[in-house]
Amino acid sequence: MSEEKFDAIVVGAGMSGNAAAYTMASSGLKVLQLERGEYPGSKNVQGAILYANTLETIIPDFRDDAPLERHLVEQRFWIMDDTSHTGMHYRSDDFNEQRPNRYTIIRAQFDKWFSGKVREAGGTVLCETTVTKLAQDLSGKVIGVHTDRTGGVILADVVVLAEGANGLLGTRAGLREMPKPEHVALAVKEMHFLPEEIIAERFGLTEDEGCVIEAGGTISRGMAGLGFLYTNRESISLGIGCLVSGLASTMEKPYALLDAFKGHPSIRPLIAGSEIKEYAAHLIPEGGFKAIPQLFGNGWVVVGDAAQLNNAVHREGSNLAMASGRMVGESIFHIKCRGGAMTKQNLSLYKSMLDKSFVMKDLRKHKDMPALLHTNRQSFFTTYPKLISQAAQNFVRVDGTPKIESEKATSAAFIKARSRWGLVSDAVRLALAWR
Amino acid sequence: MKVTVMERIEDKLYQNRYLVDTGRPHIKVRPHLSPSPNLLALTEICPAKCYEVNDAGQVEIVVDGCMECGTCRVLCEANGDIEWNYPRGGFGILFKFG
Ligand SMILES: Cc1cc2nc3c(=O)[nH]c(=O)nc-3n(C[C@H](O)[C@H](O)[C@H](O)COP(=O)(O)OP(=O)(O)OC[C@H]3O[C@@H](n4cnc5c(N)ncnc54)[C@H](O)[C@@H]3O)c2cc1C
Ligand code: SF4
Repeated sequence: MSEEKFDAIVVGAGMSGNAAAYTMASSGLKVLQLERGEYPGSKNVQGAILYANTLETIIPDFRDDAPLERHLVEQRFWIMDDTSHTGMHYRSDDFNEQRPNRYTIIRAQFDKWFSGKVREAGGTVLCETTVTKLAQDLSGKVIGVHTDRTGGVILADVVVLAEGANGLLGTRAGLREMPKPEHVALAVKEMHFLPEEIIAERFGLTEDEGCVIEAGGTISRGMAGLGFLYTNRESISLGIGCLVSGLASTMEKPYALLDAFKGHPSIRPLIAGSEIKEYAAHLIPEGGFKAIPQLFGNGWVVVGDAAQLNNAVHREGSNLAMASGRMVGESIFHIKCRGGAMTKQNLSLYKSMLDKSFVMKDLRKHKDMPALLHTNRQSFFTTYPKLISQAAQNFVRVDGTPKIESEKATSAAFIKARSRWGLVSDAVRLALAWR
Repeated sequence: MKVTVMERIEDKLYQNRYLVDTGRPHIKVRPHLSPSPNLLALTEICPAKCYEVNDAGQVEIVVDGCMECGTCRVLCEANGDIEWNYPRGGFGILFKFG
């Protein structure tokens, strides 16, 4: 193999790597994809919601054979305190459309399918192969990779780093920095199995319909964090993620947070009687726009989570990964067609495509959110959730207190906790960060 | 009524599939006299509870249950507390669902 030279080597067979490898292989380039897992997906963890539109631009008829669980018809946002949740539910029959917009998936199965498409398109996929180091020439240009298989360097014109949130290669080669503890969340997740009919009944769903819950509040014990519950066909994905910096300073055990979330009176009945078949942990990039590293250089490009292309505010990552993978693939193909070399200058095409797309536009829009949530975590994740619960309870409970008094009590509680000025400034800062 | 049933971490990890590369741990703790705060934090926040304090007050690691999340790398690689690598291809955690 070391005699052969490839047009491109893709490191990783996750969302971004598969999109990049598929795009290049199907346009006729000679692609080698390396994946350290036993099979694509065996190392990957996601919630997981798949956004159809991004995949559709890559594989238009993916619905014919992709392993999809349920299409989503209902979304719940919950603000939780220790005994309650206040929520917003959005459900619409419009989501029962011909080509549904969002689906739940199971990554181990989905990645295997996606990787099959890369092979069908003519890409060479080697699993059980860990890339140990990038090969660079004296000028620092990336010329290939070293792996833990016997044999020397595998050469390629360009290496696509699709190595995910915990990517070693790019950081080791000094191409980007290691993620900071306040820029990554650790998520822990369990798979809860239940008969299909029970899931349908508990969430008011028919056959293929799905429901998701995103939950914030005291469940993250004062850290910036979120919980989630996603319905699959015959299982429920349930997890919680908090910033690593938060965990390190509070020394909370992630699995204890998960158990408490599972035991919350609002969640417990939804998973009652389930059989747990897996416990997983993974990092999520949360630094947003300001944490995006250099994305290309001589002989290399970086995509997906490794490039911090993850929209924490909207819980989107896989689609940014797929979109960046596709754009890298198209850029490389374009440069090849013109007979250009894989220089930093030529590869900047990838960055300009990314800048024009929803990927950078969305990340730029929310550029101040991560810092805001990080520095105001007590108010956003503890104080407000408690106040909101109290306000809702004051509103709902009928106990002979005149309405005027319970309303006064509600606003007094807010002012006591955050002061008038604090409330206004939180609202303004939130609005500005959202803008 | 509040009931929180704490499950043991061992029971959680027991659900998972691993191919352990015996004798070749992919993460190593550098020998130390007393652990740094970050290294000590790992004894609580590693999601697989791989890190523990031994009788001499030093932090040790047993990587068998490791899910390769990278949390310990983010906290402790830069300051040299630990040495972090991915397991050899095919070894380590093998998620069935992910
Ligand atoms: C709990 C959780 C919930 C999430 N929920 C959602 C969601 O609902 N919707 C959404 O859109 N996004 C979600 N995300 C984010 C999403 O999972 C990621 O954004 C996406 O997987 C990133 O894709 P990627 O290809 O960049 O990285 P990954 O999918 O992580 O793939 C990286 C690949 O590279 C391989 N690799 C790494 N290093 C090497 C090496 N040296 N040699 C060989 N192979 C290597 C790995 O084995 C892996 O297969 C979630 C993430 C988590 C953790
Ligand atoms: S990688 Fe994650 S699971 Fe493995 S030892 Fe480090 S913190 Fe624990």
